[in-house]
Amino acid sequence: MKKRLGFYLLLAPLLLWLFGLIIVPHIDMFFLSLQEKLGPGDYQTSLANYAAFFNEPLYWNTFARTAIMSILATMITLLIAFPVSYYIAKLAQGRIRAVLFTLCLLPFWVSELVRTFGWMILLRETGVLSHLLQWTGLAGQPVEMLYNDATIMVGLVYTSMLFMVVPLVTTLDSLDNAHVEAGYDLGGNGWSVLREIVIPHAMPGIVSGSIVVFMLCLGNYLTPILLGGKSSLWFTEQIYDQFITRFNWEQGSAFGFLLLILSSAIVWTGLRLTGQNLSSTMGDGGER
Amino acid sequence: MIPSIHQNPLLRGIYIAYVALFFIYLAAPLLVVAAFAFNDSLFPSLPWNGFTLDWFFNPTEPRLGLFHETPILKSIGISLLVAFWVTVLAVTVGTSSAFLFEREDFPFKNVLYLLMLMPLVVPGIILGISILVLSSNVANFVEELTGYDIEPLRPGLTLVILGQFSFIATISTLVISARLKKFDITLEEAALNLGATRWSAVWTITIPYLAPAMVGAGIVAFLMSFENFNTTLMLSGSDAPLTITMFDRLKEGSTPVLNAVSLLLMLASSVLALISIMMQRERKE
Repeated sequence: MKKRLGFYLLLAPLLLWLFGLIIVPHIDMFFLSLQEKLGPGDYQTSLANYAAFFNEPLYWNTFARTAIMSILATMITLLIAFPVSYYIAKLAQGRIRAVLFTLCLLPFWVSELVRTFGWMILLRETGVLSHLLQWTGLAGQPVEMLYNDATIMVGLVYTSMLFMVVPLVTTLDSLDNAHVEAGYDLGGNGWSVLREIVIPHAMPGIVSGSIVVFMLCLGNYLTPILLGGKSSLWFTEQIYDQFITRFNWEQGSAFGFLLLILSSAIVWTGLRLTGQNLSSTMGDGGER
Repeated sequence: MIPSIHQNPLLRGIYIAYVALFFIYLAAPLLVVAAFAFNDSLFPSLPWNGFTLDWFFNPTEPRLGLFHETPILKSIGISLLVAFWVTVLAVTVGTSSAFLFEREDFPFKNVLYLLMLMPLVVPGIILGISILVLSSNVANFVEELTGYDIEPLRPGLTLVILGQFSFIATISTLVISARLKKFDITLEEAALNLGATRWSAVWTITIPYLAPAMVGAGIVAFLMSFENFNTTLMLSGSDAPLTITMFDRLKEGSTPVLNAVSLLLMLASSVLALISIMMQRERKE
């Protein structure tokens, strides 16, 4: 009897948290997104807010653009992070290895805001890179590198790096060197060993890293707004705009729900394609 | 491509150069933010006009230093307050949920575990708006029914704390569960055999064993709360935490006082990061 009481005492906070702050709010947001505003205080249930999304090219263009740029950012992050992770996990030795890994982690303990601010100082017209280009003679006048898509990409990739490097180093670390040697002994070259031994082994890390990075890019607001300026056209900006500027919460909720569906669909597909599940991919996070 | 396999020295050189370049790329934005906190100019940009500490200590406009900037100091205070409560809540609920998932068996356990992981895959801005929608609906409903306006359910610090807690609790649950998993249950049984009550066995044996994980989860929770932007953006009211204040300033374009704040943040978070990394290392040894 006493044990049962203890069980309910442990269960209560979890249920309060999950139902009060996650499940019920999302259900409520879904119902709000089905409300069509006819006049002040006059609503009817319809799919009008979703129809508005498909009828207004600005909305779905922004949506598609956000998705495509997030996928691109995820791929670039993976390409940049993989060689570095391999170096840390397999080639660096002892103390250097620990130092390099810590150096990878440190920048990400600093607020995303500060990191983005750093890129603004580097890339703006009066910034460090522009001066460097003029000083070396590569540019004749100040160069504005802020407020375009490439800048948004630089910021997204930078912000995402940690979430790719950590899972990659963890999985590559567990790759037995003997397997790599065996690959060479059997006549493989660097490329075929990489393709047939290293990458298959690192797949769980690649998938969990990519999922997290993609999600973070999709839901990012700060980086596209500050680095992309007015032309950033990021979908989270549309959500913010509907909620805060236009006070059209019904439309904003519909946008929020569409973003949620997109992000869940990609996470689900990623897990399906590689035969993993959420518990093994995310649950391991705590053991890092 | 492992140490025991011979590799072309040229390729190896290129590889090492690439890794070096990567670390320069990691460090560059942080270094420039720190450096420009000391530039004797009204804008955080080149040219370099010489070294100054004005952006920390100068008491007058237009070169108002950080320690005289009341709005920024106030928002730092607000962020600390929010982070404190998020940490307390997240570590408490994280510990109780860890015990629930590691020690108890009950129907729908797997479903609840998956639900508990959900906040990690929901974009922060959506967590924010969904909580905003629900709390406003409840507040409006109560107001219509009783005429009483429940202030904490309107955008403000209570909602910011709850919104950040909603996903940070997942992380603290995972961190604390990971350590509880490794606990040798016979130690607790020994205490029970020696006449301890169940509660005192947990309190004197298991909780001290969990302490490093709880402190680690606490540090992570504190930092994540202090630096959170997306969820906070949708839920904050008139008392804005530091990240929101800084964001507004950045959009307008600001004096290097923002670099001074950033430098302080970097120092504070590196200290916390090093403490937490060192604690992890001790645990492993």
